[in-house]
Amino acid sequence: MEQKFFDLLKEAIEIEDHDVNMEDQFREYPEWSSLAYLSIIAMLDEEYDVQIEEAEFKTLRTVADLYNAIQK
Amino acid sequence: MAKLEFEHVGITALAAAIPQHVINNYEYTEFFPKEEVKEVVDKIGVFERRFADKNTCSSDLCFAAAEKLISDNNIDKSEIDLLVFISQTPDYRMPATSVILQDRLGLSNNTIAFDINLGCSAFIYGLSVVYSMMQNSNLRKALVLDGETRSKVYSPKDRRSAFIFGDAGVAAIVERSEKFGKSYFSLNSDGSREGLIKIDAGGYRNMSSAETVVEHVVDEFGNIRSAEHGYMHGGDVFNFVIREIPRDIKQTIEYAGKNKEDFDYYVFHQANNFINSYIAKKMKLEDSKIPATISKYGNTSSVSVPLTIVSELKDKLDGNRELLLSAFGVGMTWATGIVPFVDCKISDIVEVNDGKAV
Repeated sequence: MEQKFFDLLKEAIEIEDHDVNMEDQFREYPEWSSLAYLSIIAMLDEEYDVQIEEAEFKTLRTVADLYNAIQK
Repeated sequence: MAKLEFEHVGITALAAAIPQHVINNYEYTEFFPKEEVKEVVDKIGVFERRFADKNTCSSDLCFAAAEKLISDNNIDKSEIDLLVFISQTPDYRMPATSVILQDRLGLSNNTIAFDINLGCSAFIYGLSVVYSMMQNSNLRKALVLDGETRSKVYSPKDRRSAFIFGDAGVAAIVERSEKFGKSYFSLNSDGSREGLIKIDAGGYRNMSSAETVVEHVVDEFGNIRSAEHGYMHGGDVFNFVIREIPRDIKQTIEYAGKNKEDFDYYVFHQANNFINSYIAKKMKLEDSKIPATISKYGNTSSVSVPLTIVSELKDKLDGNRELLLSAFGVGMTWATGIVPFVDCKISDIVEVNDGKAV
């Protein structure tokens, strides 16, 4: 479950070549952009049927925050 | 559930006009580094679009399309009893642009003329209004004009909107005829999301002033615009669209007692390729049935649905065809239309420069 989420996240942000950890601040990834944000939204909808609005998304900081969002 | 149903009314002829000036999006690099532009352009799939020059308004694009439509189909102007102009980029705050076009096209003073201001879903909304009025047998022909110059709305220094929008206009004739089967419309609104796509100033809530035209950096990405430029929260729009649009399409198809496979074509509002391909994938629609113009004309707001029909389906609409139309945007508003097309006459696209057809 965790590994699958990491893989999908890497694909969405296009960081397949580095490791992802729960404590990472995802906005600090050098590849982070407003386009990566759209890709994450698409991934969450497609894979987990989860929709997070921009205001709520802004409160999410770490990979763990994103992971917790799909557990709801 | 706001669903409408009509019979024996439809679009009999359609024409479109675009500005002659082509923007090559990879080269649209005055304010951003080339590499960054390429990344955005590849993601949204808008490679070219058309920009109106300063002497070309939405009304000029519509006028050129209407003249072409009228001459290609030998339409007797005295039979046009209704003229609707659909746009959020009118010539003036007043009078309504439709009324100016009534005179410019040489239509009689008995013509019913009014504007519809709504945004991206407005062609489908407008079509339902016109179909509804055409149920009245006193009206012979309706002329639907839909034009937008969104290039004049957004800041070229705001990467969240700078690469998406283009300009165009269309003209359509709507008539009553036994040959048209039933059409169905679903029209929706959610004003709680008014802030997702908006121009904050220049209306009467925040009137135009020296301050409202000053440009500022507006976010952590360094995007720059004034309060009179449009802006868009792309992420929330995307979230909204992928939740609401498939649902509305499904409900409308069910309401019409049809199946997803019954349609010859699904014509979507050309928002950007990222949204459009996501919806198609999510709904498991056949790619070959989804015409697209996003790569060459960009997002032309309410014009994108009819422009895509003119551009991509010109030689594919012989006989009796069933189209599903879907559009969404500013408001938010969103609409689905199921419309029969029967031997619709489609003109070649006209190019416009300096306010006139070339």
